[in-house]
Amino acid sequence: MMEKSNIKNQISKLRIKNQNHINNFDFRFVILVFAFCILSFSCFAEPVSSSDLINNAKQYDGKEITYKGEVIGDIMARGKFAWINVNDTKNAIGVWAASELVKGISTTGSYTANGDIVEVKGKFNRACIEHGGDLDIHAESLVIVQKGEKREEIISHRKIITAIAFLIICLTLTIIYFIRLGYGR
Amino acid sequence: MVLKPHLEDFKIIGYYLGKIIIGIGLFMLIPLFVALGFREIAPTFDFLIGIGISFFLGFVLTKICFTDKDLNWMQGMIIVSLSWLVATIIGSIPLYLSGHFKSYLDACFESMSGFATTGLTLVQDLDHLSYTHNLWRHLVPFLGGQGIAIVALSLFVSGSSGAFKMYVGEAREEKILPNVIHTARFIWVISIIYLLIGTISLGITGILIGMKPQNAFFHGVCIFMAGFDTAGFAPQSQNLLYYHSFPFEIVTIFIMIVGTLNFNLHYHLWNGNYKEIFKNIETRTLLSSSTLIFFIVALGLKQLNVYPGLVMFFRKGFFQFISGHSTTGFQTIYAQQFIKDWGALALGGIICAMALGGCACSTAGGIKMLRLGIILKALKEDIRRIMLPEKAMVVQRFHHIKNVFLDNKQVRSALLITLCYLALYFTGALIGMFCGYPFLESLFESTSAAANIGFSCGITDVSMPAILKITYMIQMWAGRLEFMSIFTLLGFIVAAVKGK
Repeated sequence: MMEKSNIKNQISKLRIKNQNHINNFDFRFVILVFAFCILSFSCFAEPVSSSDLINNAKQYDGKEITYKGEVIGDIMARGKFAWINVNDTKNAIGVWAASELVKGISTTGSYTANGDIVEVKGKFNRACIEHGGDLDIHAESLVIVQKGEKREEIISHRKIITAIAFLIICLTLTIIYFIRLGYGR
Repeated sequence: MVLKPHLEDFKIIGYYLGKIIIGIGLFMLIPLFVALGFREIAPTFDFLIGIGISFFLGFVLTKICFTDKDLNWMQGMIIVSLSWLVATIIGSIPLYLSGHFKSYLDACFESMSGFATTGLTLVQDLDHLSYTHNLWRHLVPFLGGQGIAIVALSLFVSGSSGAFKMYVGEAREEKILPNVIHTARFIWVISIIYLLIGTISLGITGILIGMKPQNAFFHGVCIFMAGFDTAGFAPQSQNLLYYHSFPFEIVTIFIMIVGTLNFNLHYHLWNGNYKEIFKNIETRTLLSSSTLIFFIVALGLKQLNVYPGLVMFFRKGFFQFISGHSTTGFQTIYAQQFIKDWGALALGGIICAMALGGCACSTAGGIKMLRLGIILKALKEDIRRIMLPEKAMVVQRFHHIKNVFLDNKQVRSALLITLCYLALYFTGALIGMFCGYPFLESLFESTSAAANIGFSCGITDVSMPAILKITYMIQMWAGRLEFMSIFTLLGFIVAAVKGK
């Protein structure tokens, strides 16, 4: 009898242990799935670099991506759409966007200004059929992350002094040249 | 026995180099005025320093080495080869001062690339470069395309037999007009007329595609200078991809073709002799080689289905092809796409197109169509000689401005220069491989540098080894001057060291 009850106890303990194990497994599985979902979502949201897009253009072709960078040069309006070129410090990529989307861009990158930083979500094309094979992004949404600002010209004192010194030397040489030319005549 | 050069040789070389340096300083006045116009203060100082150094050095050299003697062949050749090095060093001063170059070597690379009308670039953060420096980047190929020594001397010299030696030294064997200074001035006149037409065309196209008028005309003048002089620089980092415009690309294709044609042919077209374009050996060879090589490129692209549509095939495949064959180097694709997308066959085709290059006596680089035409004619003559009876007289003629009988001297010269180019392409490729790059990429970049194209498949970058930067600079220099003046300079150095 004692032996029978011992065996029953052991079986029930094993069952409980197994149940705990299964519960632990389920819990871990749920966490893993959850983590995977979060990670994959955050991967999609994370901006892809221009180098990554250009070097792996075939893999990204036709996929929804997020790209972030500075708007440089002109905003080229083409009917209800416009081209902007967005530079992420490595390369600049053309973004084809509805005029409505680019309306808020006030500053574009040039010698005198750092352009607005924008985050573009849209479809990436390795060779866009609509645009003659351009590697481009067709924007679905565009957010101005940071407003552009004026760039200050930095002129070192050494540069100014050197320039003035050479200017004086050149003027002196020119005067000497013309005086000698006058004596020659 | 090698004769040691005399002091008089050094004086003549120094005197003419001084004049050329002053000439470069004078051309720096153009960006200086642009800087003042755009109120770009820092670039104003950069160019004041550049001009100051040029005038000072030029003045000192012309005073110390003053002579009224005319040049001999050796001196003319040495002046030309040295003037390109001096121009590179002087021209890179304002570029380096801009702060957009990692080192002075990088600025020299940019300057040499510009003067040699190559277009390989090491500039950083180009999209924030000033109008002034950007204009200088594009003005440099415009000067280099006409020939630095000739450009400078046509300003100072009214008539000189010595100028012809420099004209030949700068890889121009054909005199368009009897006097070489008049020839140089004619080249200037047509270049400036084309500059006006090209700038207006590109400027209007720029406005129509949505650019601001000021930028449209600024880009127009820059793109024209880089296109007509087959350099391939552009004011923005994306090169021609920046514009996203088919009409802009069409105008650029016309400019590239005009730039790759012989100035002698331009002279005849300007004088109403339109038949010349159909009869000339160069244009015929250019048409044949274009057809054949584009077929190879098209086959390679079709194999991998890189550009499935006809329009994209034209805008990407044909544009890159014509840009390579004309030795311009404008790109509407990213550098890495050549390697990642195009495949070996299409890339091989582009390398062939780059290696052959454009027409002689133009701003184009490479082996040149005239030489290819002469070699093919010689081959045809030899085949006919084998086929016909031994007693038969086999004579080969070709038309280049006038009817010319093919002689052995022409064939020998064409073959020698072709051999030098091939050696230059492969030497650069070997050094590229020594630096750890794969064969095809190394050959592509080396051919691009030596034939003065400017295409890059990604090797040309600030991070590439200094030895490779120097190699490409030497290739650009040798390729632009077509070897002879450089061989003369090397001979002169040997004579100075070992001569008696």
